[in-house]
Amino acid sequence: MAVRTQTAPPPQLAQDVRRTHRTLWGDAWVQFRRNRLAMIGLVVLALLVLGILIGPLFYRVDPEYIDITQANLGPSWEHPFGTDDLGRDLLARNLYGGRISLAVGVVAMAIAIFFGTLVGLLSGYFPALDNPLMRFTDMMLALPQLPLLLVIIMLFRDTLRKLLGPELGIFLLIVSVIGILGWMPTARVVRGSVLSVKEKEFVEAAVNIGVHQTGILRRHILPNVLSPIIVSATLSVASAILNESALSFLGLGFPPDVPTWGRLLYDGKDFLTFTPWVVIWPGLFISLTILSINFMGDGLRDALDPRQRT
Amino acid sequence: MGNYFIRRILTAIPTLLAISFVIFAVLDLAPGDPTGTLPPQIKPEVRAQIREALGLDEPFHVRYLLWMKQFFINEPLNILEETTGITFPGSEDRLRITSWSSRGKPVIDLIVERVPQTLWVVGFAYLLAVLIAVPLGVIGAIRQNSIFDQISTVLAVIGYSMPTFFTGLLAIVVFSVNLKWFPSVYNTTLEVTDWASFVAQIKQMAMPVGVLAFFQTAALSRYTRSSVLDNLKQDYVRTAYAKGFRERYVVFRHVLRNSLIPVVTLVALGIPQIFAGAIITEQIFRVNGLGALLILSIQSFDIPTVQTVTFIFAVLIVAFNLIADMIYAVLDPRITYQ
Repeated sequence: MAVRTQTAPPPQLAQDVRRTHRTLWGDAWVQFRRNRLAMIGLVVLALLVLGILIGPLFYRVDPEYIDITQANLGPSWEHPFGTDDLGRDLLARNLYGGRISLAVGVVAMAIAIFFGTLVGLLSGYFPALDNPLMRFTDMMLALPQLPLLLVIIMLFRDTLRKLLGPELGIFLLIVSVIGILGWMPTARVVRGSVLSVKEKEFVEAAVNIGVHQTGILRRHILPNVLSPIIVSATLSVASAILNESALSFLGLGFPPDVPTWGRLLYDGKDFLTFTPWVVIWPGLFISLTILSINFMGDGLRDALDPRQRT
Repeated sequence: MGNYFIRRILTAIPTLLAISFVIFAVLDLAPGDPTGTLPPQIKPEVRAQIREALGLDEPFHVRYLLWMKQFFINEPLNILEETTGITFPGSEDRLRITSWSSRGKPVIDLIVERVPQTLWVVGFAYLLAVLIAVPLGVIGAIRQNSIFDQISTVLAVIGYSMPTFFTGLLAIVVFSVNLKWFPSVYNTTLEVTDWASFVAQIKQMAMPVGVLAFFQTAALSRYTRSSVLDNLKQDYVRTAYAKGFRERYVVFRHVLRNSLIPVVTLVALGIPQIFAGAIITEQIFRVNGLGALLILSIQSFDIPTVQTVTFIFAVLIVAFNLIADMIYAVLDPRITYQ
């Protein structure tokens, strides 16, 4: 590169200097920005997350404050989203519920991605482990997800509530069950990428200069399979949020005093005739979150795939 | 190929055994006492008797093997007896999996009662979804980036992102509360005898079917579109055009045949998923189906029913995986199996 910049004429010099600053992530960002839907997704999601994180600092209404005289009100200046059947403010509840729903999504994703990456790396890299681990993955994939989620949460709910308190106990239970039932797609994708990366020359070179196996996995293989992991992480946040909402919607998620988006839908579904707005907001937030994450996932997949670069 | 099928079926058996063990173990090792939901006035001695009668004092492996025997041997024999009328020896004292609630009714009888409602709603929804999604995906791919394609792609992503428990509630608010077109509660006792009851049945099925179908159409049409797009880029398509065939001929005779193979397998793979998804839809519209039975038995701590229904869902998944593989093998001659 240095030689070229010395011999090249001045206009090209400027271009070359700029080129040296390009990184993998910079390229991916340029590519990502070209995808209009992915950018819309990013902006919407950022607005939602910001609103949920900062919103309660400005909108200081207690989501648990019960005022029966103010029950079942439509949207007004005092209660922008209206109130529920106990007179609790719905904007405050939606903001608070969003925090929990997003937290469930992110933590469950972290668990799923951790196990998925681990299983994928091991079975892709060590041929002896491949068959048993993949059979195990297939078995896990054949488990009926939603029924098992429902059953496990129903059965272990009370024990964990006693051990760790109602909120934390249920939170840990839900995220770990969703995570443990959700790592399989990641494991498959990672395994596929590892299988192709480990045949590359640079891995062979690393083996030849005597790099230890854990070193090869960590320094050479893992960074090269990061893009499928990132795409898979994005999509599993969405599926974790959906799963938690489904559980709460069936009345088997968080307890009634913890409003998550799914729980708000569950609480509102019996009052559809009188107060339809109770279910519109949480449903809209869930859909918008999932929609923007899906758009972003598609954009990321294209942006992180070097073959798609132009 | 016959060999491949046999081997494939044989590998499904250990998978099913492993799944049955996992399901049984998770439910069995869970903390919680089945007598805990009984009224508190019941004395401890009576509770102990109840536990003994339910067979809870037996060791874990005995209970597991007993359940396996009941599920894999006794119940199929019973079904055979009922359908053929032949009585096998020992049919009187053959133990069945009985529910802990519902007055000790056999679980399979409970399931048989519930399956038709689920099949009506789920089956119709899936059929509708396939019938809409495939043409939508094909047209979207052939006219890539046309207005039609763009609208259907955006609609598909929206449909895919809206959970059925939200679209279902929205449908109730719009069509049932505001427009008063359809009833919001599914009436399971309705029997179709004349024109009026037929119309009523169609009306009450419209929303659950529509909601499920919308979600499935979205997923399927995206997949069909990308599969057709992959094939349109192939050399054989260019060759066919070069030979002077009209577009209609190329698409129907060449592209569709190849690109629908993965779609057919996906349709097979999606069937167990839509059963599980129906759990939510049934809850929204109060359809008295299999999913509703599962929720009810979870809430009433009816472990045998939960185990059996969950395991049936797992059997569906494994069976349709198998079917999907076989369809693929039959439809795609390029794939060879050793």
